[in-house]
Amino acid sequence: MSGLSRRVGLGGGSIIGGRVTMALDPDALRSLATRRQVVLVTGTNGKTTTSHMVAAALRSLGLVAHNASGSNMADGALAALTDALDAEWAVLEVDELHLAGVASATDPAAMVILNLTRDQLDRAAEVRRTAAAIARAVVAHPQTTVFANADDPMVVWAASEAVRPVWVGAGSVWRSDTVGCPSCGRSLTESATGWHCECGLTRPSPSWWLEDDIAHGPGVSSRLALSLPGQFNLGNALMALAASVTAGVEPEAAIAKISALSRVAGRYARIQYGRHTLRLLLAKNPAGWAATIAMLDGSRPVVVAVNAREADGRDTSWLWDVEFERLVGRVVAASGERAADLGVRLSYAGIPHVTNTDPLAALAEFLEGEVDVVANYTAFHSLYRRLERAG
Amino acid sequence: MLPDSEVSVCTLLPDVLGTYSDGGNARVLCSRLRWRGIPARQVTCTVDQQPPTSCDIYLLGGGEDTSQLFATEWLRQHPQLCNTLADRSLTLAVCAGMQILGVSMADVHGREHVGVGLLNITTTPRRRRATGEVVSRSAEVGLLTGFENHRGATELGDDVRPLAHVLSGVGNGDGRFGRRATDGVRTDHIIATYMHGPVLARNPALADHILASVTGSSLTEIDLPDQRALRESYLAGSASQTMRGGKRG
Repeated sequence: MSGLSRRVGLGGGSIIGGRVTMALDPDALRSLATRRQVVLVTGTNGKTTTSHMVAAALRSLGLVAHNASGSNMADGALAALTDALDAEWAVLEVDELHLAGVASATDPAAMVILNLTRDQLDRAAEVRRTAAAIARAVVAHPQTTVFANADDPMVVWAASEAVRPVWVGAGSVWRSDTVGCPSCGRSLTESATGWHCECGLTRPSPSWWLEDDIAHGPGVSSRLALSLPGQFNLGNALMALAASVTAGVEPEAAIAKISALSRVAGRYARIQYGRHTLRLLLAKNPAGWAATIAMLDGSRPVVVAVNAREADGRDTSWLWDVEFERLVGRVVAASGERAADLGVRLSYAGIPHVTNTDPLAALAEFLEGEVDVVANYTAFHSLYRRLERAG
Repeated sequence: MLPDSEVSVCTLLPDVLGTYSDGGNARVLCSRLRWRGIPARQVTCTVDQQPPTSCDIYLLGGGEDTSQLFATEWLRQHPQLCNTLADRSLTLAVCAGMQILGVSMADVHGREHVGVGLLNITTTPRRRRATGEVVSRSAEVGLLTGFENHRGATELGDDVRPLAHVLSGVGNGDGRFGRRATDGVRTDHIIATYMHGPVLARNPALADHILASVTGSSLTEIDLPDQRALRESYLAGSASQTMRGGKRG
């Protein structure tokens, strides 16, 4: 089926294959998931990276079904299970609003909840509502081990009813959506031991945490020397390590697999294109940008590509919550279908820039050498497909 | 105000309201002042601060339901600030920021809450959320473009002028058979709209209208790269209305 969708040019194949099967049999996901150990990975940012890390580590235990391309709704999950009928394990990244549905069909052994910030406000109207949807999924599965980020108050609130929680101190780069307590609306108090609120919501003491790049957990105290950049990915790695070690992977094996990962569905890939070496990064919301800006290399030119299709969210206002001011002094190109929105934002940030809706054409303005390319969801995928075709 | 004096722009409660990037509006106003050589001071006032009562421009952003009630209560506890908003300064109130300045608003459960009472408007919940692009026409500044994301239906009192008439989108949600919906409210001291943040980045004419009324002087044109392309992309669907005699976008 997915072979057909690839032939008729409908995209990567996995989504169409899943949709057709779902239409034929609504219980397909349920029956495909039975007798497998399913790990669901959700959160606003880091789903794809973390699920790749968990899948890599679990492969030392056996075959793993994985929606590696990032198709993260029920049909993507279904396609991944269909493609790996013999796999005893399944690692599925799941869109936050689809977690409850996918969980009820797959009865997961574990859920991994990374972080919850604003992503696409025109779709998920309020962050709290997203957290409440995740909380319902958590409550409905008392047998499921829930790996939850103790540093993210919204995640802690969503996972607070978990019967089997494992708290992971994975860090939090962007707290602007959680200015108030998720439970009562009061201001949160920050202290040396973390955050807390008068109402009682408090950072749980984590059983996994980071001390610089040393990961600590039950029986584990090891350095994480990741191939992927950034503090944010150290947090993702810790979540993946906690989940895979708990599942039964030897810590050394898990760390080796997680650390070896150097690109994730095209993200972080280095690709030669003409006289430029591109490093591809994906950032699709203010929190993702906060993590990504820290990964940008000091003096390299930057191409930023922004689309506003359905999958990106139609509303581009999030650009105003990204600290583009931190790019002052670099050579910058505004690109993507919403290059004009981005260009206006950059001008107000005091950043002279070139504007070209085509990110590869925008490169013509840059001297030869290394370039960071940061794109949001559909802009990233269309660029990556073009680069793959260009070989 | 005197020609050389500084213009102060105060964002109220960015820690409570402003979920929809409304903070960008303050940046737009201050940049457009400074680019013209007019000194600008950007101020923010959070929940735990005593609000300044002598700023020229105040900004109130959108927010989630719980934030909205909290912000209303906070404003009611600061009557001096409310007096300034009522008849001394110029306020841009967006989405929830507009609703809370009204007489009353009802939450999704139908419970009615008393507003700050600076605008003679009442807001009730819509059956469906209004999410998407809005194009409207204001008599003063021409075509406006923005994104709305709200569940409010706002009814204007008889003495209240809307900011604009909606060409596409929902706005105040008061459209009837044969009558265009309106968006927002316009009084001498308050400009309010459902077009969330940053509405002024998309509509420099509205930003300059606010700045001209505060400085009391006419302002030089600013030609910002990409601005024309941005507006054309959002106003393309309303080209026919433009040709029928509105101001150029």
